[in-house]
Amino acid sequence: MIKLSIPEKLALNKFEVNEGNPHIIIDNTKCQSCQPKSCLTVCPAELYSEQNGEIIVEWAGCLECGTCRAVCPQGAISWEYPIGGFGIIYRQG
Amino acid sequence: MSADKYEVIIIGGGPSGLAAAYKLAQAGVEVVLVERGDYCGSKNLSGGVFYTRVLDQLIPGFWEEAPVERYITNYVTTLMDKEDYFNLDYKGQALSKPPYNAFSVLRAKFDRWLAEKAEDAGVMLVNEIKVEKVLKEGNKVTGIVAGDEEMLADVVIAADGINSFIAQEAGLRGPIKPEHLAVGAKALIELPREKIEDRFRLTGNEGTAYAMLGEASHGVAGGAFLYTNIDSLSIGVVLRLDDLVKSGAKPAEVLDDLLEHPMVAPLVKDGKMVEYGAHLTAEGGLHMVPQQLVADGFIMVGDAAGFTINSGLVIRGMDLAVGSGIAAAEAIIEAKEKNDFSAASLNSYKRRLDESFVMKDLKTYAKAPIFMENDRLYKSYSKLANDIFGKVYNHDLTPKELLLKTALKALKENNLSIFDLARDGFKGVRAL
Repeated sequence: MIKLSIPEKLALNKFEVNEGNPHIIIDNTKCQSCQPKSCLTVCPAELYSEQNGEIIVEWAGCLECGTCRAVCPQGAISWEYPIGGFGIIYRQG
Repeated sequence: MSADKYEVIIIGGGPSGLAAAYKLAQAGVEVVLVERGDYCGSKNLSGGVFYTRVLDQLIPGFWEEAPVERYITNYVTTLMDKEDYFNLDYKGQALSKPPYNAFSVLRAKFDRWLAEKAEDAGVMLVNEIKVEKVLKEGNKVTGIVAGDEEMLADVVIAADGINSFIAQEAGLRGPIKPEHLAVGAKALIELPREKIEDRFRLTGNEGTAYAMLGEASHGVAGGAFLYTNIDSLSIGVVLRLDDLVKSGAKPAEVLDDLLEHPMVAPLVKDGKMVEYGAHLTAEGGLHMVPQQLVADGFIMVGDAAGFTINSGLVIRGMDLAVGSGIAAAEAIIEAKEKNDFSAASLNSYKRRLDESFVMKDLKTYAKAPIFMENDRLYKSYSKLANDIFGKVYNHDLTPKELLLKTALKALKENNLSIFDLARDGFKGVRAL
């Protein structure tokens, strides 16, 4: 089977993106002292990255699992479901 | 602002909320179900098969009209090493007869169908609305807030899934601990049905479900699953969050490696991935079910209440969801007769759960999560089994040794003692 990269995997899915209204907000002041920075590895969609010392999230590709919120030791991730009708739309599930 | 008032508002259109809605509507209760997705099922993902007896009680013979995939007759448990694997393979013909024991389902289709059934029964279904929070008067839940609208109800049912924002917001549960959660990352792989039937030795609509341990999850606590749909395969890894963090593994990479494993690769060969999803699942069993499942005017069901059983061999959630939804509906119907929606009145829900398979099974498997905290299950035993069988079948002209000696050597090479094995075996048969 052909191996797909993460962007290719996410491109298979249907997303209704609520442009300009992120449902994940990171308080980077809390990230400075965070040692594990587990958000960088645990996200199944690999949406988290570190750029210029700041944690960035590409929230538009969120699969809405909630893993990042559950593991963040700093409580730095404010994560809600997108508002009604937006976000991932599973066609198979 | 005047708020509309209903008898029951249900938050979330998965199996628990929909089962409750259906049962309530059948009894003539006025019920509104609010779902944040485009349609019920559009946010839902399963990593297991649906054990169907309980839904057959609610909707007799449902499989004749429901978009079910395959009835599962073949269960395989795989102890996976890096390249090798050892399978326990069960196939039972009794599982191929109505009322079928279990079906594979695709939730975006199945939940949507169940929602249509609920609508036909009289449920008012509202899609694309996210419930922000519950309305309260003191400790009593009186309704919901969605967008800038308020809706009132005698009872609100939280069926909003594993993240259970509503139950947390209502003060009935705290944040869930990472060791009580696992993330599933899943691929849906299309494959012609003839290929599926050939590769998995299936006749007609028979299906197979694999539970894989060991290298399948890179040794991270959890495992992996694979099951057959009509013309697709559902395959995914399930990783307990505390151990996932510790390992530094990335879920998508663990899944990629599984797809390339010598056992899995030929099964998915020439398949086409058509969807990639992720979802949390509960791993705490009875330990993560909150003490209080009701409040004044409020009931929690399904994943929101933590109803999941993982016995290693069998993972269940959807059947417990339906069972809890039915129990909640029955409790509300009784409360309505008394016109008393207090916590004390609604607590007949707890009694109904205790008397049903939901709580009985959760109690039976209460020790399973503690047993499954044992690292050896994920990091050692799959390799051990493969080492032993590798030696049994390998004839490389070195003198053979009897099974006992082979096993003892393999134990030693894996830094395990026979006491570990005996103790874990004994604990396992008592917990699972």
